[in-house]
Amino acid sequence: MTDAPSTRPLLEVSGLVSAFDTEQGRLVAVDGVDFRVDRGRTLGIVGESGCGKSVSALSLIRLLPQPMGNVLAGEVHFDGRDLLRLDHKEMHDVRGNEIGMIFQEPMTALNPVHTIGRQLTESVLLHRSVSAKEALEEAVDMLKRVRIPSPEIRVGEYPHQLSGGMRQRVMIAMALINRPKLLIADEPTTALDVTVQAQILALIDDLQSELGMAVILITHDLGVIAENCDEVVVMYGGRVVECAPVKELFADPLHAYTRGLLRSIPRLDRPRKTKLPTIKGNVPSLDRMPTGCRFSTRADAEHDEPAKTTRPPFEEVKPGHFVETCPFCYRVPQA
Amino acid sequence: MKPLLELDDVRMHFPVKGGVFLRPVGSCKAVDGVSFTVGEGETLGLVGESGCGKSTLAKTAVRLLNPTGGRIAFDGHDITHMRRGRLKPLRREMQMIFQDPAESLNPRHSVGDIIEEPLAVQKIGTREERRKRVAGLLERVGLSESDGARYPFEFSGGQRQRIGIARALALNPKLILCDEPVSALDVSVQSQVLNLLLELQEDFGLAYLFIAHDLAVVKHVSDRVAIMYLGKIVEMADADAIYEGPRHAYTKALISAIPVADPASDRDRALLEGDVPSPIDPPAGCAFGHRMKHPRWEESVGMDLSLREVTPGHWVQPCPCCTDLA
Repeated sequence: MTDAPSTRPLLEVSGLVSAFDTEQGRLVAVDGVDFRVDRGRTLGIVGESGCGKSVSALSLIRLLPQPMGNVLAGEVHFDGRDLLRLDHKEMHDVRGNEIGMIFQEPMTALNPVHTIGRQLTESVLLHRSVSAKEALEEAVDMLKRVRIPSPEIRVGEYPHQLSGGMRQRVMIAMALINRPKLLIADEPTTALDVTVQAQILALIDDLQSELGMAVILITHDLGVIAENCDEVVVMYGGRVVECAPVKELFADPLHAYTRGLLRSIPRLDRPRKTKLPTIKGNVPSLDRMPTGCRFSTRADAEHDEPAKTTRPPFEEVKPGHFVETCPFCYRVPQA
Repeated sequence: MKPLLELDDVRMHFPVKGGVFLRPVGSCKAVDGVSFTVGEGETLGLVGESGCGKSTLAKTAVRLLNPTGGRIAFDGHDITHMRRGRLKPLRREMQMIFQDPAESLNPRHSVGDIIEEPLAVQKIGTREERRKRVAGLLERVGLSESDGARYPFEFSGGQRQRIGIARALALNPKLILCDEPVSALDVSVQSQVLNLLLELQEDFGLAYLFIAHDLAVVKHVSDRVAIMYLGKIVEMADADAIYEGPRHAYTKALISAIPVADPASDRDRALLEGDVPSPIDPPAGCAFGHRMKHPRWEESVGMDLSLREVTPGHWVQPCPCCTDLA
């Protein structure tokens, strides 16, 4: 810890392992994940359902469902502290204050029996010593910032009186009201229509530059990643298979899974009614994941026994471009 | 191309009840004057945002709902008010695939029973013959015969959607309504299911009414595309034409909102303001012009807004506010 906190990345996750204890035994959902987020930047985490992207995010803010979910190993350095070693009180101060969160389904994340204003002021009053009146003024100001029309009236309304897009705006206002250094957005637009999705993503982008915060954007949509992120982490089966700056990742994907994902999305410029390239098979369930290269059951290249059983190293093969170098999935960078 | 499903000015209005005596106080115009044709072996893509009435339209088109106006014909038969008994043989020809295969498959029935059910309901073949047919269908959609003895929960989302497809194919239909068939699936599995749908169309000459909100997916599978907004179709054309030269402002906005999976492209995006308004007592005239507060919206009030053919096969709502008719 000799580096000054300001030169280190805002968030540095290393060797994170999280597991759920179920009746079937222990399921490791996140298996040794490393990534970092610099101040003011946007990190995208992309992957399919069950790849561990949400569990990684919940682990670092220590909100895994209790008592089944536990972080087993790793370090989460945030602004000079290891979040995994804070006590509950200290962690409470970080959450909602220094780290804000928004989730996929705004209706289930908002309390239906409290007004928008009360839910917005709650975290202000909890984390800072201001009067109720000041807190309410801040709530109105924040609603204005997330472009909610007539915010003075909306603070007195209940979640059911708002549309889906408006609710997501309220969620964003709640997450940002204490000016966090980091915003974690877990599939913030998946439940929304495309036109509303575009509005919300543009809003997050505007607020990010206004408030200078960093963002972790978790999504399964590579289009959203391409348009909104600086760096991308691709997860598969609880591990990071590739991590690179966004342009680099799309221009020169080095892992077979990343290439497969990029190929299989329907694009507007692809000829109609032609066969789409696919990734064969399905994601194996966590208890059936191969111990070696996780993608070995679906890759086109037949893996040999050592590749299926020995975990491939995760290496920086080009400045800033990290990849799991399984001999059957990894392709050397283009010159 | 021979028309298979024809809709002419179809309306589906639901009464909205209120007050102490639950008297009708208004109506929800979920589908409000929709006309289109799906030809044999053709795919018509239907795109719109949530609440625009696309699922209601699909249900009305196959008479799962009784329309409150207009006319529906299937394979030359007027089915608008056809009685159940006469409709039943026609139902074999029109099947559905739903968005969430977990909710549309009975968890207590084995996969074999689920696929066999339509055959049993229609009293087709002996039990032995039906079992054989089920085995063939399972293989056709990429599952194995032994999967018939298993239960839906044992399958992943993509495999469940294959089961739904096998069930829809059981009666050799001519038309399959696909209501958001891939939106609940992961990207890598989505392309597998889309490929399967395309293959089956080729093999069996199926027609699809393909409903989705993902424009890239719709474009990929469709011959023609219709764009729906607040109960009405605002534009309909050949799939390539609608993406290359959209005429209605709403179509343009939708296309512009799709995130492009290419960080090198730097497009200007026309952001829409506001949300889709409620179909309960919608605004008069062009609903989208009203949402955009377009200065010429008032001119559309009282106009005949039925679709006009601007170039061969390209139909658009002729409102002065949103459409460039030149």
